Amino acid sequence: MTERTRLVGNAVYGWLLLLPAAVLLAAFTHYPAVATLAQSLFTSGTALRPAEFAGLDNYRFMLEDEVFWRVLENNVWYAIGTIPASIALAMLMAVWVNRRLPLRAFVRMSYFTPTILPMIAVANIWLFFYTPEIGLIDQIAAGFGIGSRNWLGNPDTVLGCIIVLTIWKEAGFFMIFYLAALQSLPPELEEAARLEGASRWHFFRRVTFPLLMPTTLFVLINAVINSFKLVDQLFILTKGGPDNASALLLYYIYEVAFSFFDQAYASTLTVVLLAALAIIAIGQFVILDKRIHYR
Amino acid sequence: MKHSGLQASLAQGIENAAALLLAVLWLSPLLYAFWAAFHPPEYAIRFDLTAPLTLENFREAWDQAPFARYFLNTFMLVTSILAAQFVLCTLAAYAFVRFEFPGRDIAFALVLVQLMIMPEVLIVENYRTMSHLGLVDTILGIGLPYMASAFGIFLLRQTFKTVPKELDDAARVEGCSHMQVLWKVYVPLARPTYIAYGLVSISYHWNNFLWPLVITNSVTTRPLTVGLAIFGAPESGVDWSIISAATLLAVAPLLLAFLLFQRQFVQSFMYAGIK
Repeated sequence: MTERTRLVGNAVYGWLLLLPAAVLLAAFTHYPAVATLAQSLFTSGTALRPAEFAGLDNYRFMLEDEVFWRVLENNVWYAIGTIPASIALAMLMAVWVNRRLPLRAFVRMSYFTPTILPMIAVANIWLFFYTPEIGLIDQIAAGFGIGSRNWLGNPDTVLGCIIVLTIWKEAGFFMIFYLAALQSLPPELEEAARLEGASRWHFFRRVTFPLLMPTTLFVLINAVINSFKLVDQLFILTKGGPDNASALLLYYIYEVAFSFFDQAYASTLTVVLLAALAIIAIGQFVILDKRIHYR
Repeated sequence: MKHSGLQASLAQGIENAAALLLAVLWLSPLLYAFWAAFHPPEYAIRFDLTAPLTLENFREAWDQAPFARYFLNTFMLVTSILAAQFVLCTLAAYAFVRFEFPGRDIAFALVLVQLMIMPEVLIVENYRTMSHLGLVDTILGIGLPYMASAFGIFLLRQTFKTVPKELDDAARVEGCSHMQVLWKVYVPLARPTYIAYGLVSISYHWNNFLWPLVITNSVTTRPLTVGLAIFGAPESGVDWSIISAATLLAVAPLLLAFLLFQRQFVQSFMYAGIK
């Protein structure tokens, strides 16, 4: 067997190993991403009228669609509301659980539990918290003499309710990554700081926080992706209402595609979502290139 | 000095109390679900320690919806996805680590695209594909888009890279084929990765909702999450205690596994995260 045939054989073997995964990835990730773009340029076909090329009509319609802008705005608030809060909480939890603490195992378990529960299931429980009059929050509020509110029925409070639930669900998950990072820091650092007489806060701000920067970046990217992806709770809590006050982009895509059966417009909206994810991906590479490393 | 020591331990105590308080707060939705599920409906919002305990809510929930079937569906879904992921990701990772072939780097970059564009973002197109394939409303249809997992390929590739070349060569000298080397050298050494990835995958797919909701429309395929969403819908008029019981039923296997193997779970998520 010559060297050349061995190399060719190896290459063929490599491709064959990759083939099953490559076929599925192409069929359910790459093809649909491209097809979405193509679909967004056509009208929705019906049984009687086949789809026709529509150019940018769908996009024109989208720009004039008030619901689209509402949903996009909601998504921005959802991101602003959930990302910094869940990251800060995750950091705090990790710092707490990483040191000597009574009932540490219990505390860590409590923080982490929401992560392994299905969003659908926890939304069921939270729905009860938010219910006016008989709900737990109103019951407690009544104890302080505060009147009842329709938390999920009021456009001013509904998105806030969704945000609180999402922070609760995410923070423990992000804590894990910080915990892993904290455990890899050399313990001598903290000892040295203590000998120098640095306060815990000072030590955290000047030493721990900068050292956690790569983790923060990783968590941040995950959190941003989640802010586009996590919409399960809407199906239980609000169905996007009242008056689209809590609808998010992916939820709207679902509605347009499977309640209004407008495939072409749903594809157009998906293109926006894909563009947002692409921007995140590019941003990630740019930041990673600059390398936030303090080593 | 003594004064500042006292101050420090006071600060410590306050911090400990805050950490504990947050833990209780974080656990309270689940604790509440337990309370409502195990007490008669009239105690759902009355916290009376003398309230009688009951399993009636669980019986009602079990009778009102085909939960046994949902359990079976979820079980089949999760195991078939996991089995396929293990096989496909192992083969692909092995190809990336051990073989030189043209287009390898581009292929790897294309695999990583799925980390950003998860199947749930592409529900519209994937639904069309599934209906062309005749896979709408099948368990395979729910699982198929997830079986080639970029995350799995990436994790296993990272692990396989750490396998010393000498081990591989030694096995080759002994006359092992490519497949035998993979099976006898790489796979055993990657055991912790398989466990970590397995736990993450199981909890992800046990909890997954949007795509299963889109692609299923009958009792024989619906996983637990979708069944629970239909059951808990306000239109269905079921009361809180029964919804709580159903919710606990749906999360019980995973919750139990988590409580029993807490360390493995936490470590697996950590391990999968830092790779």
